[in-house]
Amino acid sequence: MNNPILEMKNITKEFPGVKALNNVSFQIAQGEIHCLVGENGAGKSTLMKVLSGVYPHGSYSGEILFGGEPQKIGGIRDSEKVGIAIIYQELALIPELTVYENIFLGHEIRNGFLMNWNETIKRAGEMLKKVRLDVNPEAKVKDLGVGKQQLVEIAKALSRDVKLLILDEPTSALNEDDSDNLLRLLDELREHGVTSVLISHKLKEVIAIADRVTVLRDGQTICTLDAHNGEVNEAALIKHMVGRDIENIYPKRDHVVSDEVVMEVKNWSAYDPRLGRKILRDVNFNLKKGEIIGFAGLMGSGRTELALSIFGNPDGYRVDGELWLHQKRCHFHHPQDAIRAGMAYVTEDRKADGLILIQDVKQNITLANLRGISTNGIVNNNAEVKVANEYKTSLNIKTPTVEQRVGNLSGGNQQKVSLGKWLFVGPSILILDEPTRGIDVGAKFEIYTIMNRLVKEGMSIIMISSELPEVLGMSDRVYVVSSGRITGELPIAEASQEKIMQMATTH
Amino acid sequence: MDFISELKKVLRQNIREYGMYIALLVIIIIFAITTKGLFVSPQNIGNLVNQAGYIAVLAVGMTLVIVIRHIDLSVGFLAGFLGAVAATALISWHLPVFAVIPMVLIFGVLAGLFTAFLVAQMKIPSFVATLAGWLGYRGALLLATHSSGTINITDATFNAIGIGFIPDIPNIGILPEVHKLTLIIGALAIVAFIISAINDRRKKQSYNFEVLSPAMFILQLVFVSAIVAAISWVLAGYKGLSWTAVIVLVVTMVYHFITTQTVLGRHIYAVGGNPEAAELSGINVKRLTYIVFGSMGMLTALSGILYAARLKAATTTAGNLFELDAIAATYVGGVSAAGGVGKVVGSIVGAIVMMSLTNGMNLMGIDISYQYIVRAAVLAAAVIFDVATRNSSK
Repeated sequence: MNNPILEMKNITKEFPGVKALNNVSFQIAQGEIHCLVGENGAGKSTLMKVLSGVYPHGSYSGEILFGGEPQKIGGIRDSEKVGIAIIYQELALIPELTVYENIFLGHEIRNGFLMNWNETIKRAGEMLKKVRLDVNPEAKVKDLGVGKQQLVEIAKALSRDVKLLILDEPTSALNEDDSDNLLRLLDELREHGVTSVLISHKLKEVIAIADRVTVLRDGQTICTLDAHNGEVNEAALIKHMVGRDIENIYPKRDHVVSDEVVMEVKNWSAYDPRLGRKILRDVNFNLKKGEIIGFAGLMGSGRTELALSIFGNPDGYRVDGELWLHQKRCHFHHPQDAIRAGMAYVTEDRKADGLILIQDVKQNITLANLRGISTNGIVNNNAEVKVANEYKTSLNIKTPTVEQRVGNLSGGNQQKVSLGKWLFVGPSILILDEPTRGIDVGAKFEIYTIMNRLVKEGMSIIMISSELPEVLGMSDRVYVVSSGRITGELPIAEASQEKIMQMATTH
Repeated sequence: MDFISELKKVLRQNIREYGMYIALLVIIIIFAITTKGLFVSPQNIGNLVNQAGYIAVLAVGMTLVIVIRHIDLSVGFLAGFLGAVAATALISWHLPVFAVIPMVLIFGVLAGLFTAFLVAQMKIPSFVATLAGWLGYRGALLLATHSSGTINITDATFNAIGIGFIPDIPNIGILPEVHKLTLIIGALAIVAFIISAINDRRKKQSYNFEVLSPAMFILQLVFVSAIVAAISWVLAGYKGLSWTAVIVLVVTMVYHFITTQTVLGRHIYAVGGNPEAAELSGINVKRLTYIVFGSMGMLTALSGILYAARLKAATTTAGNLFELDAIAATYVGGVSAAGGVGKVVGSIVGAIVMMSLTNGMNLMGIDISYQYIVRAAVLAAAVIFDVATRNSSK
């Protein structure tokens, strides 16, 4: 290998209770396209945040060498100064500003105190030519499509004389044409000596473009494969990505799934007017009494959107298709309708839209079913405390009292409060969106045990999970979702990490 | 647990709530000293309650609006305009007062629902929607008072709302100098409070919940009863309870009950605490926005009636800056600008604090310029105290 432009040595980054990166070493050669792959939560984004200074020097252990020089990157400004540019999945452009303003944002071309707009526009034009983007530099960014915005981001990076370009899932929001276009551009930039790191879930494009691929798993570097030695192929990548032994953290299950279908979704499609595109296409699935079905797939594949579009559609998608609950066709106009029909939805992000952090445990638990503790619209505060204490015991919520503010609890206990809130609704169908995200192994085990108890009692559960072992350990049946479509249905006996990953990366 | 440590614990747990009452007490004591007792004279206290009334009812409605993360700047001139509508209805249209008051309250509700339509349906930020209302109602007020400038209200029943007092029972020889009905009401209030407190304690015990020790419980009863008794005694020393005070008390009790004891109240605080979570929990946020702004409109109409009755006239400047006084009262009373937190009773105390400052400094003859600066300092200090205690307590 010729001289590396970047070397990261023995990087370890810990968050309270989690080792996000464990002794990761990573090398990038001058002028190559290096792909970084791994499951959700493998540590890719954390590694890039260490590199870009989002997590500054001192908050992790290990060493970073850039161009052979040791670096102490204390912030994004430092990493930009040495020539590292990161383009995130969520673009960092300012939609109301023009293309040229965005390109030179933060390093404006000035005459003294004044902006030199003419020079700015001229230089912006040159940058746009470099990325082969044919738009007027004076157009507003918000009027461009996502693909073009991405190219503006790259132009912005190039205008800073970037030496190392890092792209975090650049094609996840792009259509096929825009993706191809972007990959061609990376190819061209490689010829002009720009080194790129591409983080991607789409293995096909990784195989097409990579010089080398590094696989991360559970915060560790598993291997680096060289495409020029023919080491990069789909089977090898998947094997390294998922090749961990499934820990035995899944409680034994002895329930029997009945044949009674409690929920059926037919030809379900949804269009998001805010994104201006279809987010779900032709989804069909069913759920039986006492069954856990797992929705596997990568982040952004549309699983949460599917759950929301069924659960009263609070985000206002334009939905098309049929929803049947207990052999009855249903039309929900508000989550309230779904709740009354016996559904419950434990959200993916408990802090953002699951819990009211400034309120206490009891208020959160009773929120979705205040009717259950009130008569004629008047809340019985004592009954509330009683109900909350019952869930505190049965779900083993670790809190001194039910008057404790939920914001002060740990993630696992917050998740249990969230679960308790929805169990108090008394649902027949429970949707769990990433039920164990960000909680420790002990709390996970407790949640799995509760899930098994619930299905044994006759509840049906839809579990959305990005953790493959969890999907395999808990589901009776697995649906794989990719790009808003169901790309596979597997009975648990036939499911494997490899098969799921393959279906999840089919586009 | 011994008595002293329990007292300490109760105080510590409720420091934020009690802070406001303590502040009010401090203000009262300071003014009582600096005005040589004039401030706490029965006449002045009665006057103070009437002065605070029309802001206090606005502050109650504003509390809910701010709790659900909105604001309403239009209430000042809407109150002024609806006061002028009431005056016109009484004087020019010769409608009876018992028709005028419900009519104006309904107009208020409709105005509030219109604001809610702009905010919830058209998705206009409430600041902007109600700023437009502020302009619009100001124009409407000028139009309504266009012909005569000031509409004098001659209806004695209407004016009694703002300046009248409840009647007394006939003199039977005892306590000739004091207002006996006010004392009786005060006594009934104390009895009602004690009975409900004992009931509440019994219910809690039947659930096997922890309750205050008997000594602490009695202390609490004695403390609250003493305050109610003192206020009744002071008011009874002049002309007794004013109609304004009665209205403010009723509004406070109704809204306190709704916000603390009902499902509707829970929904309001849930939406304020996290609108997305509330929506996903089956709460119709849009419908709730209509309810809260509708109630704000109704209380605005009430405020307009109180003010017009107090002046015995509708004027071209009625309602000017009421909205900001009401908003200041809520913040002093512990309502969080971030939403989700705030009590109706707190806002009432906030309104009384702010009005006490004005009243007391007027009695002291302090220049208006310094009055504003002092009120500014109190507003800022109250919010600083609030933020500081919120971050440190549980």
